[in-house]
Amino acid sequence: MSAAIRVQGLVKEYRQVRALDGIDLEIRQGEFFGLLGPNGAGKTTLISILAGLTRATHGTAEVMGFDVVRDYRASRLALGVVPQELVYDPFFTARETLRLQSGYFGIHRNDDWIDYILHHLGLTEHADKNMRALSGGMKRRVLVAQALVHKPPVIVLDEPTAGVDVDLRQTLWTFIQSLNREGHTVVLTTHYLEEAETLCERIAMLKQGRLVALDSTRNLLSRRHEQQARLKLNRVPPVEIGLKPGPDETWLYGFETFSQLESMLASIRMAGLEIREMQLIEPDLEDVFTEIIRAS
Amino acid sequence: MLPISGFPTLLYKELLRFWKVSFQTVLAPVVTAMLYLLIFSHVLEEHVEAYPGVSYTAFLVPGLIMMSMLQNAFANSSSSLIQSKITGNIIFVLVAPLSYLEFFAAYMLASVIRGVVVGIGVGLVTVWFADLPLVHPVWLVFFTALSTGILAALGIIAGMWAEKFDQLAAFQNFLIMPLTFLSGVFYSIHSLPAFWQAASHWNPVFYMIDGFRWGFFGLSDIPPATSLLVVTVCFVAISGFTLLLLKRGYKLRH
Repeated sequence: MSAAIRVQGLVKEYRQVRALDGIDLEIRQGEFFGLLGPNGAGKTTLISILAGLTRATHGTAEVMGFDVVRDYRASRLALGVVPQELVYDPFFTARETLRLQSGYFGIHRNDDWIDYILHHLGLTEHADKNMRALSGGMKRRVLVAQALVHKPPVIVLDEPTAGVDVDLRQTLWTFIQSLNREGHTVVLTTHYLEEAETLCERIAMLKQGRLVALDSTRNLLSRRHEQQARLKLNRVPPVEIGLKPGPDETWLYGFETFSQLESMLASIRMAGLEIREMQLIEPDLEDVFTEIIRAS
Repeated sequence: MLPISGFPTLLYKELLRFWKVSFQTVLAPVVTAMLYLLIFSHVLEEHVEAYPGVSYTAFLVPGLIMMSMLQNAFANSSSSLIQSKITGNIIFVLVAPLSYLEFFAAYMLASVIRGVVVGIGVGLVTVWFADLPLVHPVWLVFFTALSTGILAALGIIAGMWAEKFDQLAAFQNFLIMPLTFLSGVFYSIHSLPAFWQAASHWNPVFYMIDGFRWGFFGLSDIPPATSLLVVTVCFVAISGFTLLLLKRGYKLRH
């Protein structure tokens, strides 16, 4: 079975700037995959090359086994991209936009599927409104619908929830997860790391055009062993206990084993302090992301 | 197996785009052409006879029809492309499995159709002002198709090249407008001094207008076969250049 996405030695240069610096990456069919990195890491450039919007300087990229340059028709039919920018054609309604997009892919009788997408993205009652009349969130939903209109096996979402409300996020993720369960491969870039942590099975991290991490979400999270205890005390603790000041008059303690935690609690009792609140905090993807990006 | 081409949809979308704003894209140029006719024919009807036995108003009408067709064919492809580029919605076409040939054909054909629709409109409102014979209708069709095709292709080039409306306006005002106005729409080049007569022969629009007028009257400043040859060569050259740019993704695929 061919990979959903395979890139080898991918380099993209814009005059003096190397936006991608030799990326090798394979995303398996059916995966929910996260592509993370700070601004300017090369995520959108990589997606643009896959979609045929940008041409690589060196290297190859394939979607479902089809080279994005040589077999561009087949590779584009296999790929649906939700762009980062909120773009739309002001001449048309949402439904016209979807019918046109479907037609560009050579699918001319597609109303049943279009109605299905409109329904699942909560757009049915807005379908016949001009794109200009829709709110930002609704426009974002139409963008998602456009990417899905030709039922692509691979769906790429480039920061689809940037600046949108909770309702859309939930609607969108419920729908995208159902598509993923049906076998669609989903590639997600996002700045909301909790989304990537919840949704993605594997994650790649990019920095300055290079791949700096590629692993399952579980393995990435286990890279950081340290947990944290957050405490509220009746007074300021002695320095030797090793607590650091946290937000809202709390105190933080990092530990790797529970015996370390027990020792710290014993020290607090010895010092005659009273614990008013205590919370254990698991390491999250944001910690891992920050650590990897700093280290690389 | 791949589904059928997306070309018909892209063509349909381009047609729908100008038809939805037909007040501005069809009616306005028809009114402009009529105003030209009213003013120029009022001022010059008694003073100018370009061809023997042909009134100045009748002489003017084919030129105005062709000029309107050319300007609108150019405006259609160029404005559609630059609007799509600036608003970013060009991405929807670029991610689709359309070849550069399909892209070219859709934008060109839609522009030719807009040019022809405007030309028919100008013809319908100006026909009341002058008797126009139709001596060689087949030649009219050839000159219409090739000439609007050239301007449509130029519009695609301008739309790809321009990054802001300012640059497109410069292309339109400093190239397209002078070429169309100084092409013999309002006069026969025989009425010009020798230098300007010679200069007119370097203007391809002159051949479009002159050949088109020959289709109506069977009269022209130069042999119509020469005009057809020049227009055909220009069409092939400009279309070829446009296709080359599209194949390379010039300012479309970075």
